[in-house]
Amino acid sequence: MTEKNRGPELLEQSVGRVRSRVGGAFIGSHVMYRDKNLHAELGDASWLDLYLFGITGRRLSPPQLRLLEALWVYTSYPDARIWNNRVAALAGSTRSTANLALSAALAVSEGTIFGRGIDIRAIDFLLRTRAEVQAGGELGALVRRELSARRSLAGYGRPISNRRDERLDPILELARSLGLADGPHVKLAHDVERYLLDSRLRMTMNYGALAAALTADMGFSVREHYLYSFVAFLAGMPPCYLDASERPENTLLPLPCAGVAYLGTAKRTWSKA
Amino acid sequence: MDETTYMQSRIWLEEPEPNDAFACRAAYCHGYDVYGEMLGSAGWVDMLYLLFRGEAPSRAHAAVLEVLAVALANPGPRDASVHAAMCAGVGGAPAAAALTAALAVGAGGAGGAREVLRCMQSWASCGTVLEAWQLHFAEQAGPGDGPPEAWPAAEHPAGFAPLGVDTTTPVQQVLARLAAFDAASRCAWLRANLRSLERASGHPLSMVGVAAAAFADLGLSPDQGEMLFLLLRLPGAAAHALEQRASGHKQFPFYALELDAEAAGGER
Repeated sequence: MTEKNRGPELLEQSVGRVRSRVGGAFIGSHVMYRDKNLHAELGDASWLDLYLFGITGRRLSPPQLRLLEALWVYTSYPDARIWNNRVAALAGSTRSTANLALSAALAVSEGTIFGRGIDIRAIDFLLRTRAEVQAGGELGALVRRELSARRSLAGYGRPISNRRDERLDPILELARSLGLADGPHVKLAHDVERYLLDSRLRMTMNYGALAAALTADMGFSVREHYLYSFVAFLAGMPPCYLDASERPENTLLPLPCAGVAYLGTAKRTWSKA
Repeated sequence: MDETTYMQSRIWLEEPEPNDAFACRAAYCHGYDVYGEMLGSAGWVDMLYLLFRGEAPSRAHAAVLEVLAVALANPGPRDASVHAAMCAGVGGAPAAAALTAALAVGAGGAGGAREVLRCMQSWASCGTVLEAWQLHFAEQAGPGDGPPEAWPAAEHPAGFAPLGVDTTTPVQQVLARLAAFDAASRCAWLRANLRSLERASGHPLSMVGVAAAAFADLGLSPDQGEMLFLLLRLPGAAAHALEQRASGHKQFPFYALELDAEAAGGER
């Protein structure tokens, strides 16, 4: 169609090979993980250390790693009512594999009203808002603009309950003990909550905002925070799968026919127009 | 909902067997008796249309969906989503892993279902007004300023093939077939204005673009089009995953690796 379209040329350059700037396996010899030899140079790294090095290209400090791991611990709930956990449990009840169960449950954690969608919006809001406040913007106006544009504020309020998030105090206590609770994004997250409460908007901070603030203070970008958060709920899922798989098959949340309220069109006769 | 109901649906009604509240005696889809009446007289695409639109399709709409279902059924092993399913097959992963792999890889904004959604959103805003499309493409040429989301930002106009040279023969064949059903359809308009749209977008039309136009012609929302596109491409992924599982890893390339300088780590 166009003479200057060089698509086929571009594709031809990559036929038959993987080009990588993040490493690779030289089977029987060594493995490169980014610019490091996995076994010789990263052999003493914890899994989380390695995972975050893979995401950020940086090695984080032991206190940072301690806090980042604790953030996952504090949000690992073995409760099969929670939608993503319920997927793992339903897979256990239907006798699917644990791998499929956990993979699907993690995929379902990418919600827009909880999980990864909130993580992205929360850290984006905090990064943008801090920059705008630093440039002289007024916090209340920025919060109102966000609420007006998105109809919600990621990291504030909760879909199931409006009680104070039980994860906040343990996280803040640990963060304080590690000297990581006083960064500018954490302070901003508290300021936003104060504004919301003073404005009678009845939205308290939740885990999403605090986790995003803490990683933002560690220099995480939006995408880095999103990838870090991927397995945040994982530890709550295997117990849900196992519990359901050890009970009689197909007995998790059974629904009698009458358990589904039908709100649709009345019965009619099939005929294709 | 009253105390005995836990979910609600406008789509599906099940009535129980008289001796078992958990066993279905009859199921109704948008009011139609599925097992008592539809079975034997409704086709697969009739059921798909009914599930998504809530009404039985007209003959013309059923024919459009039938053409589309055949056209999309197998993107072929060169397609990334099918390739992903074959990776599952060659390693002996479960059938569901093969389909999951195909769904995840075929979900994206570069040739996948998210691109269908974006293209349908373009149809909703531009309609069959050439100038609107030209303006739309011109606006997209600049950096996007939308909110960040899990989906990476679009890198090319939705519905067009950024690495293609010309609109391929199959894309033209599918579009021609779909356009012939209704001269007033988006597909017919797309075919009539293809050259102008290619010039404005800077790229040839892709199968995604045809599918998006056809879905819009069927009255589907962008969300519905995204979902149906994912679903309709699964048969090929499934078949190729099984084929690869049977033929084994020696018949599946492992490929060469070229490390860029920053990952080479000096002597390695």
